[in-house]
Amino acid sequence: MKKENKTVRFLLDNNTYIIFLALFLICCLMSDKFFSYLNLRNILLQQAGPILVAIGMLMVILTGGIDLSVGSVMAVGSSLAAVMMRDAGIPWGLSILIAVLCGLILGTFTGILVAYLNFQGFVASLAVMTIARGIAYTITNATPVSLKNGTLNSLTSKEFGYPIIWITMAIIIIFIIVEKYTAYGRIVVAVGSNTEAVKLSGIRVKRYILSVYVISSVLATLAGVFVAARSNVGNSTIGEGQELDAIAACVIGGASLAGGKGSIAKTVIGALTLALIGNIMNLLSVPAYPQRIIKGFIIIIAVLLQVVTDKSEN
Amino acid sequence: MENSKYRLEMKEISKQFGGIRALDRVSIQLKPGEIHALIGENGAGKSTLIKILSGAYTKDSGTIYIDGEEVTVTSPLDAKRKGVAVIYQEFMLAPDLTVAENIFIDKLAEKGKLINWKKLNEEAGEKLKELGFGNISPKEKLGRLSVAHQQIVEICKCLTRNARILILDEPTAVLTVAEIEKLFRLIRKLKSEGVSIIFVSHHMNEIFELCDSYTVFKDGRYAGHGRVCDVTNNELIHMMIGRELTQMYPSRNAKIGDVVLKVENLSVANKVENVSFEVRAGEILGFSGLVGSGRTETMLAIFGADKIASGKVTFLGKEVCFREPREAVSSGFGYLSENRKSLGLLINQSIRVNTTLSSLKKITKHGFLRHKQEKEYVRDLLSKMSTKYGSIENNVSSLSGGNQQKISFAKWISADCRCVVFDEPTRGVDVGAKVEIYELMNHLAEQGVAVIMISSEMTEIIGMCDRTMIMHQGRVTGELGKEYLSEDTIIKYAMGQEE
Repeated sequence: MKKENKTVRFLLDNNTYIIFLALFLICCLMSDKFFSYLNLRNILLQQAGPILVAIGMLMVILTGGIDLSVGSVMAVGSSLAAVMMRDAGIPWGLSILIAVLCGLILGTFTGILVAYLNFQGFVASLAVMTIARGIAYTITNATPVSLKNGTLNSLTSKEFGYPIIWITMAIIIIFIIVEKYTAYGRIVVAVGSNTEAVKLSGIRVKRYILSVYVISSVLATLAGVFVAARSNVGNSTIGEGQELDAIAACVIGGASLAGGKGSIAKTVIGALTLALIGNIMNLLSVPAYPQRIIKGFIIIIAVLLQVVTDKSEN
Repeated sequence: MENSKYRLEMKEISKQFGGIRALDRVSIQLKPGEIHALIGENGAGKSTLIKILSGAYTKDSGTIYIDGEEVTVTSPLDAKRKGVAVIYQEFMLAPDLTVAENIFIDKLAEKGKLINWKKLNEEAGEKLKELGFGNISPKEKLGRLSVAHQQIVEICKCLTRNARILILDEPTAVLTVAEIEKLFRLIRKLKSEGVSIIFVSHHMNEIFELCDSYTVFKDGRYAGHGRVCDVTNNELIHMMIGRELTQMYPSRNAKIGDVVLKVENLSVANKVENVSFEVRAGEILGFSGLVGSGRTETMLAIFGADKIASGKVTFLGKEVCFREPREAVSSGFGYLSENRKSLGLLINQSIRVNTTLSSLKKITKHGFLRHKQEKEYVRDLLSKMSTKYGSIENNVSSLSGGNQQKISFAKWISADCRCVVFDEPTRGVDVGAKVEIYELMNHLAEQGVAVIMISSEMTEIIGMCDRTMIMHQGRVTGELGKEYLSEDTIIKYAMGQEE
């Protein structure tokens, strides 16, 4: 009886991983193109950006907030880096840095609204979402910015060993460490769990709230740069709806939108789960619109599983 | 038919959670128009029994009879239909709706009709008047009422649903002396109308004042029942904790040293006026007075959680003005909130996380947590405080009230404070755990910490404090040394009479 409970507990606790593995196996069975080096590599290259955005989103969600601006901020990152390189002739490394710096500024702006001016995260980031999209359109005139070969796209090229995959992995590892082994990570979760109690425990809550929005925006601009690197085009229209995918990844990974609960590793798996679903449907040539319907239902199933897990905890 | 002399009879009820037997074949009987005290320490199974009766839990075995008829309660809604109503410590009301809306929340209008606001408000007003609270306006937003009046609204809400069995779960915990009087009058009135009442309280004096009969639980088992007039206070406590409670309050031997905190003419806008006091190392300074008299507000302002309008605060010989709690905590001033669940603990985080929240510096090196050291530290500290818990990774919500409070204490003990304010430290805590909490406070004082205890319980103020400040409407109305402390004098000053 007791042993059975333990097994059930284990399965529920790790349902994110189990679903992912199951889905992975199903994908292998459904299409022989799925389990190939080329396809899997493409998934990773494609998902580097979304994974970063999901990580940033999770940090915000952990504090009990939400950042709707990430999609637009991605567009700013992509556009700005490309414009800097093409029109100002700035080397690609520096251009990326400037784009990321811009993300830092945007995130600080959102963070100040939320932490110091008591805006709700939803509202503040909604405003910044519009602002950021406007910035992206303005700097590119809403036209794609094509880049010369051998510049930004070397980030995704084989000869350099696909840098964006390694950068993404490094960032994932850094955030797993931050989450588990730093006082910072501990406090971020605590803030989402009960902001007032944390404040009364003698912790500068506002700084932590500000910081998560900065992290989210910085990672979003970097994700934008990654997307630009893959196509070698800076684009002000990318990232539409990316915030929803990021939130979905967090939720599939067991995060609670009320804050105080979530896991970096599981969120990454959540993002990859979404990616697998999209990938297998493409391989099976499911048209784009029904894909969305299926994706929506899969998110519902994932959330239902989380509800079951939470219930069994009580 | 022979059971029918009882309004409610619960027989041989058992309930198991995982490996823990929460209730082991307990029984309780309740006659019409009887006030029955349900007594036991936290975790004795009172809440579990109430939740079974109100349909929140299902029993594993046993039978329930209402008016002699065997019933199965399947859900809270079902319990309501059968005339069972529970008033929990945390009310189930909507603060942004009006009083009338709250009372009639599930029948605002007849089916298919629009709401008749005039009729709704009138009916609510009448109901309140019947209970003797005609002064509560049905149109007022619930959140703007005092806690006591909110409770009355909740009771009123239950009675409009023809509750025949009313369960009050520690109803007096948040009320002032005058409010308790009013509540008791209401309960007696309901009794005379034939409503049967189960009354849960940790206050023995209330049980003796109000109740007709009692049932005692200990560790999920039946430990005694009878008529209140046939039993003494000590006998009840003996049944509850299974041993004699020789000494409620520890002997106080702390050496009183230098002044740690000195407050002069402190004012907080609309809340506190010209409050002055000082507290010395090793001293326990009490703050007595009615709920809302400005005690908590005074301490929150010093702690940096509220703005000080004017006044001077000297802490450890230096003039300070903490702008945020962080400054206070890092200087060695701690504050344990009266509101354990919403302002004190992270209820959904682990015992470990909660214990070290105010002292993360102790267990971090260059910002990195040292898990092993943290675990050892937490286990060591909690065992010294004789806290009962499964694993330090369990959420604090899994603990009983007394043990949750010990985690709050552990948090502030870890923070190495020179002065700690304990705001209602024994609220919602059973007798056994109370004694342990008093010992912890005493122990802190013996180590040279200046302890401030805000309490509405006069007996613990008298039992624990070296000196007591009494507040009324934001001002200090009296200061009494240990030798002058008595319930009479405290009440006198608390009601506003000046020294």
